Amino acid sequence: MAKFADHNETFSLAGLQQGTFSSVEWVTDLLQRIERSDKTINAYISTDGEWALEQAKAADQRRASGEAGPLCGAPIGVKDVLNVQGQPCHCASRILEGYTSPYDATAVSRLRDQGAVLLGRLNMDEFAMGSTNENSAFGAVRNPWNPDFVPGGSSGGSAAAVAAGSAWAALGTDTGGSIRQPASFCGRVGLKPSYGRVSRFGLTAFASSLDQIGPITQTVSDAATLLTALAGHDAKDSTSLKQAVPDYSSALKGDLRGMRLGLPKQYFIEGMDQEVEAAVRQATEQCRELGAELVEVSLPHTEYAIATYYIIATAEASANLARFDGVRYGAREAGSDPLDQYGKTRAAFFGPEVKRRIILGTYVLSSGYHDAYYLRAQQVRTLIRRDFEDAFKQCDALLTPVAPTTAYRIGERTADPIQMYLGDIFTVTANLAGICGLSVPCGFSSADLPIGLQILGPAFGEETILRVGHAYEQSTDWHVRRPPLWAGTAS
Amino acid sequence: MSDPHQPEIDVKYVAHLARMHLSDDEAEVFQEQLEHILEHVRQLSDLDVSGVEPTAHAVPVHNVFREDAVDASLPHEQAMDNAPQSRQGLFVVPRILE
Amino acid sequence: MSDAFKVSIGLETHVQLDTRSKIWCGCANVFGSEPNTDVCPVCLGYPGTMPVLNREAVRLTVMAGLMLGCEINRYSKFDRKSYFYPDMPKNYQISQYDLPLCLGGGVEIMVDGQPKNIRLNRIHLEEDVAKNNHFEGFSGVDFNRAGTPLMEIVSEPDLSSAEEAFAYLQALKQMLVYGGISECNLEQGNMRCDINCSVRPAAQEQLGTKTEIKNMNTFKGVLRSLTYEIKRQIDVVSSGGRVVQETRRWDDEAGVTRSMRSKEDAHDYRYFPEPDLMPVVLSEQEIEGWRASLPEMPTTRRQRFVDEYGLPDYDAGVLVADKAVADFFEAVARDAGNPKAASNWMMTEMLRVLSADDLEIADIKVTPAALAVLIRLVDEKAINNTGAKEVFAELVANGGDPKAIVEAKGLAQVSDTGALNTWVEEAIAAHPNVVDDYRGGKRAALQFLMGQVMRASQGKANPPMVLQALRDKLDS
Ligand SMILES: [Zn+2]
Repeated sequence: MAKFADHNETFSLAGLQQGTFSSVEWVTDLLQRIERSDKTINAYISTDGEWALEQAKAADQRRASGEAGPLCGAPIGVKDVLNVQGQPCHCASRILEGYTSPYDATAVSRLRDQGAVLLGRLNMDEFAMGSTNENSAFGAVRNPWNPDFVPGGSSGGSAAAVAAGSAWAALGTDTGGSIRQPASFCGRVGLKPSYGRVSRFGLTAFASSLDQIGPITQTVSDAATLLTALAGHDAKDSTSLKQAVPDYSSALKGDLRGMRLGLPKQYFIEGMDQEVEAAVRQATEQCRELGAELVEVSLPHTEYAIATYYIIATAEASANLARFDGVRYGAREAGSDPLDQYGKTRAAFFGPEVKRRIILGTYVLSSGYHDAYYLRAQQVRTLIRRDFEDAFKQCDALLTPVAPTTAYRIGERTADPIQMYLGDIFTVTANLAGICGLSVPCGFSSADLPIGLQILGPAFGEETILRVGHAYEQSTDWHVRRPPLWAGTAS
Repeated sequence: MSDPHQPEIDVKYVAHLARMHLSDDEAEVFQEQLEHILEHVRQLSDLDVSGVEPTAHAVPVHNVFREDAVDASLPHEQAMDNAPQSRQGLFVVPRILE
Repeated sequence: MSDAFKVSIGLETHVQLDTRSKIWCGCANVFGSEPNTDVCPVCLGYPGTMPVLNREAVRLTVMAGLMLGCEINRYSKFDRKSYFYPDMPKNYQISQYDLPLCLGGGVEIMVDGQPKNIRLNRIHLEEDVAKNNHFEGFSGVDFNRAGTPLMEIVSEPDLSSAEEAFAYLQALKQMLVYGGISECNLEQGNMRCDINCSVRPAAQEQLGTKTEIKNMNTFKGVLRSLTYEIKRQIDVVSSGGRVVQETRRWDDEAGVTRSMRSKEDAHDYRYFPEPDLMPVVLSEQEIEGWRASLPEMPTTRRQRFVDEYGLPDYDAGVLVADKAVADFFEAVARDAGNPKAASNWMMTEMLRVLSADDLEIADIKVTPAALAVLIRLVDEKAINNTGAKEVFAELVANGGDPKAIVEAKGLAQVSDTGALNTWVEEAIAAHPNVVDDYRGGKRAALQFLMGQVMRASQGKANPPMVLQALRDKLDS
C-alpha cells in the first residue's frame, strides 16, 4: 500500500485523525506486516484478521460520524494473558488449550469502547513467568533488533510487535518488570502504572498483589493516551482505586526545570554492563541539561528485593494457578480419581518454569516454612516500600537503568534460573512498592541492542514520570530508530 | 530458617501438595535448582524485621463492597462450553471415592 | 452413658446466609435451580476473575455475632485456604484465618431445667463450595452452590452429651432464624456441621483424643451419630484401647460412624491473605447501629408476651418457639384487639392443624388478618363458637374471607328477638312436661329446652339471648 511506503512518518494516530488513511487501510496493511515479520519474530500467538477488519470498519464509521476519541481505529495487540470475549486466552500455556473466554477484561473493554481495534493475541512467557519470552508453549519470541537475542519478557510479544511495527501499540502486564524490561530490550516505551491505577479484572493473575496492566508504545505520548483510556476504578476489581483520572496527555509539556530527579546509588552497581551504565548516566546528564536537579538517594533494601519478590510472587502464583485442573475449562489428562487427574493434567500441560515457581510458592507457604519465608518477605516488602517513601521525600522521580544488561542471547540464561531472576533486580522493586515506572529508550550497545532508562515515580505519580519521559524522549532520537526487522523488511 | 547446608526442600512432596506429578528427572533438576534459589532467598534472614508490619496489599484501602443485587449468570450452555467433559448438565470428574 | 467418663463435644456449624446474591458475584443465592445455571465466570473460578465482597454477607455475620454475644473485630480480613477438590472452583477457598469478623460469644441451652452456656470460639465468613453428585462410573459437579455466603460458627468443646449438641443446634437455629440471618432450612443444606468428639475418664483433666465426624446435615443425625460415637469411644477406652485421631463418616442407614481412610493426607492449607480483597474495617458507630437494629430474641419475646398480652408463661414459650408462629400470633393479636383469644386460637386450633399435617405456618392458607376478622366476629357475637370453628376449618381448607364464609354457609348468629321468641315459644309448647320439671326445681330441664331452640335455629341462635328468653318466659 503506497501510502504506507514511508512507514516511519505515518506510524502514528495522527494519520488516522487527519484522514491520511483509514483504520481499515491501516489494519489491512498491519495484517500483512504481521504475517511477514512473525515468520522471524513470532510475536503473535494468533490473529483474527476478519474480526480486526470488522472492528476497523466500525471505527471508520464512527470517526466519519464525528464521535471518535483519540483511540478510535487504533490497531492494538493484546497480551495473551488478557481475556477478550469469544477469543482464546492461552496465557501461552498448553493448559488453557480449547478455552474460549466468555468475557472482556476491563482494560480491553475500555479500549474497545473507545473504538480501538484488537489485532490479535501477543506471545508471552507462560503465565507471565519469565524474562525472555522463551517460556512459551507457542515458541520463543525473537528480538526485532537481532533475532538471535530475546525480546525480554514476559510481555515479549507485545514489545517485539511494537518494535517491529506490527502493532501501533500493545497491552502488556508487569508483575516484576514484564512491561518495562521487554520495552527496554526492544527499544520502545513501556509503562507500568501504579498498583490500583488500572483494573486487573480479566487479567489472568500471576501474582495478584503485584500485577498491573500497562501499554507498550512507540512514544511516551502514545503511552499517555492509552493510560488515560485504561485508568480508573472498576467495581469488579476491589484493588482498583477510586482516584480521579487526569488527561495524561496534557501532562506532557515543558522541560524539566524545577524538578528533582534522584539517582539511587544501589541501582548503579558493580558488575553491571558498562555500556548500559554509560548510556543511563548519559541520559541522566541529558535530564540535567533539560533543567532537572540530580540528587543521589539511597534505597537500602534493594539487595533483598529479588528474594522478597520471588517469595511473594510465587506464593500468590501457587494459589492463582491452582484453578487449572481440567474440570471447568482447559486441557485435561485422564486419571483414576480427581486428584490423580489433577496431578497428571498439571504435569502434562504446565511448562517447566511454571512448575518450578508453583513448587517454590507452595513451599514458602507450607506448614513450618510460612513464617520464615512468606511472612518475612512481606515484612521486607514493607521495608522496601518505606525506602521509596523516604526517597520520594527528596525527589520527584528516580532515574535508573531498566536492567543491568541489554537483551540476552537466546538460550543464554535458561539453564540457571537464579541468574535469570537476578536480571530483574531494578524492576521488581516498583511492583513490591506499588509505585509506577516508565521505560524509555536511551541508547544502544555496541552490538546494536537497545538500552532503556527507567523513570520511577511515587504511587499515582504517572503524570510526573510521563512528563520526564516525554521531555527526555523529545530531546533524543532513540525512539524514532527502526530495527532491521521493522515491519518484516528483513524477513 | 534452618541449617543452610541441609537440603530442606523435598521437591516431590511439595509438588504433591500442589497436585502436580513430577517425573524423576524433573524432580532431580528442580531439586537442585530450588535449593540454589532457596540459598539466595535465605539472605532475608540477615535482616532484623522485628516489629515490622507485613505488607499484604500495595495500597492501604479497606471496605470495598458490592451491594447485594442479583446480576445475570452465564447461560447454562455457555458455562458448559469450555468443559473438557460434561454430562447431565454437570462437570464430569472421575468418580469420587468417599 | 457411664458416669465414669466425661464427654467433650465441639461443633463447627456452617450456616448459609440469607442474601439475594452470592458472596463474590451477582449470581442468585437460591436453592433448587437446574445444575450449573446460577453460575458465572467468577463463581466458576475462571482465569482473570476477581471476587467482590457482598456487603450484606458481612452485615449478617456481624448481626449473628451480636446476637450471640461475640466481640466484633474492628479489623477483619480474608485469606486463601488451599486444598484441591472438585467442589472448589479455584482450588482454594476464600475464608478468614487469623482475623475473623467475630470472636467469643456463647449459646445458652437448657440442661435438666438449668441454663448452660456453650462458649463460642469464633464466627468467620467464607464461601460455600459446589456440590458433587455421584453416578455409576463418574462424579459430576454442580457449581450453583459455589460462592454462597457461608458463616462458620465454631464452638468450644463445652457440650457433654449428644442431647446437649442437639439442644445447641436447636437454640442456634432458633436465634439465626429470629435474626433473619438464615432460613436454616436443613433440607436445603442451609445448616451443616462437623462434630469434634472425645471422651476421657472422669478423673482426667486433659481432653481425650478427638475424632471428627464431617458433614452432618440433620439434627437427628447429629444426635444419633454422637450417641454411637460416644459409646464407641467409651468401649475402646474401657477395653484398654486408644481412640485414633481421625475423620469419620456417619453412615445413616447402618447407624454407625466409619473411618475415612482417604483423609490420611495431612492437610496443609497454606493460608495467606487474599490479595484480591481489601480488609473490612468496622466503626464503633456502624456496629452500634447494627446492634440497635437487632431483632428481639426468643427469651425476650417470651417475657414480653407474658407482660404485654397477659399470656401464661407456658403459652408464651410455645408461641415464640417458632418465629413465624410468634409473628403470626402478634399480627392476629394486634388486628383483633384480643390477645387472649388470639393465643387460644393459636395454641389449640392452629398448632393442631400444623402438627397434624406437618406444615409450616407459612404454608397455611389462613392469613393473620383472616383469623383476626374471625375473632372479631365472635367478639361481636355475629357468630357463635361452633360457627367460628366451621369458618376456621374452611379457612384452613381453602382460605378466603371469614365474612364471606359466614354468609355463604349461613352461619350468622340470630339475635333477632322476634325469631328467637317464636322458637322459644314453640319449644315450651311442645314440651309441657319439661316445663313442669323446670318449674318443679329441675334446673337441668332448661338445658334441654335450650338445645331444642338451638336445633330449631340450626345452631344460629345467639345462646345467651336464648337462655335469657327462656328464663323470661318460664320464670314469669
Ligand atoms: Zn457467579
